[in-house]
Amino acid sequence: MSEALPATEVGPPEADDDTMLVVTGLSRYFDGVPAVEDVSFDVRRSETLGIVGESGSGKTTLVRCVLRAIDPDAGVVWFNSVGGWVQLQDMAAKSLIPLRREMQMIFQDPFASLNPRMTVREILEEPLIIHKVGDRSKRLDTVIEMLNLVQLDSDSLTRYPHAFSGGQRQRIGIARALILRPNLVVCDESVSALDVSVQAQIINLLEELQTELGLTYLFVAHDLSVVQHICDRVLVMHRGRVVESGPVDDIFASPQENYTKLLLSAIPSPDPDIRLQPLDRRELGL
Amino acid sequence: MAGQGASVDAVLKVQHLAVDFKTDTGLTHALMGVGFEAPRGKVTAIVGESGSGKSVTANCIMRIIQPPGQIVGGTIDFAPKGMEPFEIVSLRSKDPRLQELRGGLISMVFQEPMTALSPVYKVGNQVAEAILCHRKVSRQLAWREAAEMLERVGIDDIDRRIQMYPFEFSGGMRQRVVIAMALVCNPEVLICDEPTTALDVTIQAEILTLIKDLQRELGNSVIFITHDLGVVAQIADQVVVMYQGRVLEIGTVRQVLKEPVHPYTRGLLAAIPGLAPRGERLATISTVVGDADITTPFPMRTLADGRQVSLPPDQVGEAQRA
Repeated sequence: MSEALPATEVGPPEADDDTMLVVTGLSRYFDGVPAVEDVSFDVRRSETLGIVGESGSGKTTLVRCVLRAIDPDAGVVWFNSVGGWVQLQDMAAKSLIPLRREMQMIFQDPFASLNPRMTVREILEEPLIIHKVGDRSKRLDTVIEMLNLVQLDSDSLTRYPHAFSGGQRQRIGIARALILRPNLVVCDESVSALDVSVQAQIINLLEELQTELGLTYLFVAHDLSVVQHICDRVLVMHRGRVVESGPVDDIFASPQENYTKLLLSAIPSPDPDIRLQPLDRRELGL
Repeated sequence: MAGQGASVDAVLKVQHLAVDFKTDTGLTHALMGVGFEAPRGKVTAIVGESGSGKSVTANCIMRIIQPPGQIVGGTIDFAPKGMEPFEIVSLRSKDPRLQELRGGLISMVFQEPMTALSPVYKVGNQVAEAILCHRKVSRQLAWREAAEMLERVGIDDIDRRIQMYPFEFSGGMRQRVVIAMALVCNPEVLICDEPTTALDVTIQAEILTLIKDLQRELGNSVIFITHDLGVVAQIADQVVVMYQGRVLEIGTVRQVLKEPVHPYTRGLLAAIPGLAPRGERLATISTVVGDADITTPFPMRTLADGRQVSLPPDQVGEAQRA
C-alpha cells in the first residue's frame, strides 16, 4: 500500500476497530514445497491467539510471513496500525520501518537472541535509536522504566547477558520487544526453553503486561498445556494448513478434527491415574 | 511401596554421592550427598530443574563424568543378575568390569538422537557395533540381531532401512534407533536422560509407550531423567526429586505426584500450566515454598508411608500427620 493512499479509508471487509490483524489465503513455499498454504485467520485486539502444531507444521513460517520477516508468496495480511488499516504482504521495506514499532517479536532462546557483546542498556536502547525515539537522557528513562516493568533491577543496565539466568534473559528479551510500545507481539516458543518454575514466572509476566499495556499476542507453542493456560483462541496447524480453530476451551474439550484429537491425546498428564493413551496416526489416516 | 528398607531388591544403590566441578572461578558442588535406590525391574524417575544434578548423577553411574568434574565421595553399589555385585565409584579405569558396565550392563539413551548417532555409518552398522563391542559373535549374526532389535523398536521395512543413514530418519525414528542400540545387549539398567525432550508431543507419546512396553517385556530396570512431571506420571514407578545437587523427596509415583510432602515438590507441581484455571496466575515455586527452608541439607527421613524426605526435624512430624 503506497503512502499516497490514505490508509484509514480502506480495510478488510467485515473488520471493526477491535480487530488487530486479518490474514487471508496466506501461502509460502520453499523450493516449491508449501510451508504455509492458504491460511486465513483474524486476531482481535488484546486477545492471545495460540498457534499449535508439530515441528514442520508451518507455525513459525506463518508468523514470520505476518511480520514480513520473510515474504509470503500469496495472500493478504491486513494490519490495524495506529494510522489505520494497512496491507503488509507487499509493502516496500522502507514503508514497513515505521510499522515495525507496532509489531515485535519475543524469541525462544534467551541465550541466542541477545548479543553477548552488548550491555543490557545497549540492547534495550537500540530499538529506540533505530526508530529515533527521544534523546539520550529520555531514552535512559525509558529503558529504566522498561526494566522495572519486567521486574529487573536497574543495576542490570551495565551488565552483559552472560551475567543473567535464562529467566532473566527472557525478561530482557521481553523488555526489548516492548520498549517501542508495540500493539502486536509475536511470541515464538518464548517460554519453551525455560524450567517449569521460571516458565510460570514468565507466563505470569506476559499476562500482566498484556493487561497493563493492552497487548495482542500471537503465541506460537508446541506445549499444549501452556497454550491452554494463556490463549483465548487457538489455530491448529498441520502440514502448513489450519485444520481447526476456535476458543481454546472448546478445542481442548471437544476437538473436531482427527489431527487435533491426535495432538491432545499425546499430552502426558501429571496425574499418574490418568493413563496416556495416544491415538494412532495411521488409524486416523494422518 | 518401592525403594525403601533393606528388603527391597535394589539393582543400584547410590549413597552419599558427591561431585565437584573445579573451574577457574572456583569450586562448584554439583552433587552433595545424593542417595537413592533403584528397585530391580522398575522405572525410577529422577526429576528436577536444570542444575539440579540429575544428569550428573546418571553420568556417575556410567562413570563418564568428564573433567573438570570429579566424583569426590560416595558409593554406587551395583548388583547385576547372575554376577558378583560390585561398587562402581572405586573401579579403576582399566578394570574390565568398567568396559562391561558401559553399554553392556548399563546403557544410556540421550536427549538428542543426532549426537548419539554417527552421521557417517549406516544405522544397521551402529546397532551391530554395540553387539560386537560386548560379545564375540560374527558380523553376520550381529547384523541379524540388530535387524531384530530395530524391528522390535518399531522400525518397519527393515531390509531397506537398516542400510540407511541417520539423516534419512526423522527425529522419532532416530530415537528409536538409539533405543535399539541401548537395548541390543539386554542391559541390566537402561538410563534415559531426557530422551523425549527434543521430540514433538505426539512422538514423545510413542517413545514413552515404547520404552514402557520394552521395559515390561525385557524386565530391565530403567532410570528415567526428566524435568517434565507429565512424563514422570506416565512412566515412573518410583520418583526421586532433586534440587541443587541434593535429593529432597523419594516415593512412589502416586506419593510424590498426588500427595507431595516436600514444599519444593509441591511448588514444582503447582507451577505446571494446565492444572491451574486459564487466565489465573500460575503459582511459582517461590510462592508455594514461601518461608520453608529448601536449601539446608537436612538428612533424609523415612515417613510412615515409606517415602523419604529431606525436611527439618520439626516438620517431619507435621508431614507425617498430613
